[in-house]
Amino acid sequence: MNDKEKAKYNSPKDPLEEILMDNDGENKMQQKRRSEIVSKWMEGTGPDADIVISSRVRLARNIRKMPFPPLASDEQREKVLQAAKDVIRNSRLQESGFEMLEINALPPVFRQVLVEKHLISPLLARENRFSALILRKDEIISIMVNEEDHFRIQCLLPGLQLEKAWQETSGYDDILESYLDYAFDEEKGYLTACPTNVGTGLRASVMLHLPALAITQQINRILSAVSQVGLAVRGIYGEGTEMTGNLLQISNQITLGQSEEEIWQNLYSVTRQLINQEKNAREHLLNEGREKLGDRAGRAYGILKNAWMIDSKEAMQLLSDVRLGVDLGLLKGVPLKILNELLVLTRPGCLQYLKDKNLNPYERDLERAMQIQKCLP
Amino acid sequence: MLCENCGKNIASVHVTKIINGKKTEMYLCESCAGEKGELGFSFEGKFPLHQFFSSIMGFPGGSSEKVASAGYSGLQCPGCGLTYAQFGQIGRFGCDRCYESFGTNLLPLFRRLHGSQKHLGKIPARAGSHVKLKKEIERLREELQKKVAEEAFEEAAVIRDKIRKLENRISSGGEKNER
Repeated sequence: MNDKEKAKYNSPKDPLEEILMDNDGENKMQQKRRSEIVSKWMEGTGPDADIVISSRVRLARNIRKMPFPPLASDEQREKVLQAAKDVIRNSRLQESGFEMLEINALPPVFRQVLVEKHLISPLLARENRFSALILRKDEIISIMVNEEDHFRIQCLLPGLQLEKAWQETSGYDDILESYLDYAFDEEKGYLTACPTNVGTGLRASVMLHLPALAITQQINRILSAVSQVGLAVRGIYGEGTEMTGNLLQISNQITLGQSEEEIWQNLYSVTRQLINQEKNAREHLLNEGREKLGDRAGRAYGILKNAWMIDSKEAMQLLSDVRLGVDLGLLKGVPLKILNELLVLTRPGCLQYLKDKNLNPYERDLERAMQIQKCLP
Repeated sequence: MLCENCGKNIASVHVTKIINGKKTEMYLCESCAGEKGELGFSFEGKFPLHQFFSSIMGFPGGSSEKVASAGYSGLQCPGCGLTYAQFGQIGRFGCDRCYESFGTNLLPLFRRLHGSQKHLGKIPARAGSHVKLKKEIERLREELQKKVAEEAFEEAAVIRDKIRKLENRISSGGEKNER
């Protein structure tokens, strides 16, 4: 520990003091920003919300005879952005609650917040040249402009709602298509910058919480089976991220040679099987030692509610333990909504946005513990 | 084994340095290795997708010289200027015309990635009417041949004119007017 850190350690801020300050309305900015971070998909509602946190469908679309964004010139990218603006105006998307955020106008920390909320990709967050996010007020629908493809239309819903996510996404696809001349080929389907998206341009994914399968050490066996049926398994922050907090994301890999319905239905039926396996494992754990599970959840809650410092990995694991306790009725009074929100609120970008300044890892651990104390009932 | 620098994370990078014949070894986690500049490359994209493509497409190693010597250098997309060799390196197409420009060379790639080469999903309404026009033309051509075989030349001429009209509509992008 260096001197600076020691000084901090000797004069820690009283978490209680901060809470009181908030309640007295002293820190309105933080309250406002917290409400900005909270999103509809974190609601903890929808079918099978105890295991499936969210469902997502996205479609990749491009304009005919226009270089894809990675190879496009500034003028060409500007044309695409202008086309997007025209679509919003002509289709009256604005009236139905959409707004456009141009990426280069957003401060870096807010871009990171959008990534952590799963509304944009890390790639778009880095893109300063004529890129934008078109976002519906409820944040269920988001359209990325000039990411890897000209347009990426996404629907993100709480719980297991792949069919609805597909229908919503396809509906906005139809609206865009009535104004834009899409790059489409009879044989190859929708043409995309990456050959892994060609055809339907569709990526469907679900975010799952599978603690009982992890505790009973069945997870690796099951996940390798999942990857054998053409689905990809990842941590919740995309490619190359590991599984933390027993959360993972499963998505289709194949986009060509199957219809959209086949693709999401395949993911749906595998998800259903995983839900059943997880439920069986939970049942098994309850029978084996209900007290052990309750103890685990209660201890996790105790640490989360009282820790002064906590790193991201530990927070995710403890939130997972608490969630399992809540799901099994062993821990009362903690809404799933709060647990979902905390998954995002405790990410580095969100913490820094809430605090309105850059935080080093040490400061983030302090702030993370503070936010968890504030939010947990 | 824990990282020798921070002592917190699992060490996943083994660094061996030989300076003036003196060998030092360290076991670091990824973030420390990145910070210490012990890596000559970035960790973004741990999975090198482009190398994966290169190998699928039969590119020897992904380096441009090797690709050129393998005889792929001739292919270039007139739409965006991307060469087939460049595509092998970046794993991304430059524009929608690349698909046509690289043609059958791409088929093994699609088979490996998707197990298929044929789109079976949604069709945009615009392209849909285009497809319909094409099908109608095919049908008329068959009818035309039948009429010619029957030596019903007047009827054949009517059909021929119909085909021409439809073809003009396709080439002038006239299918948009249908909307």
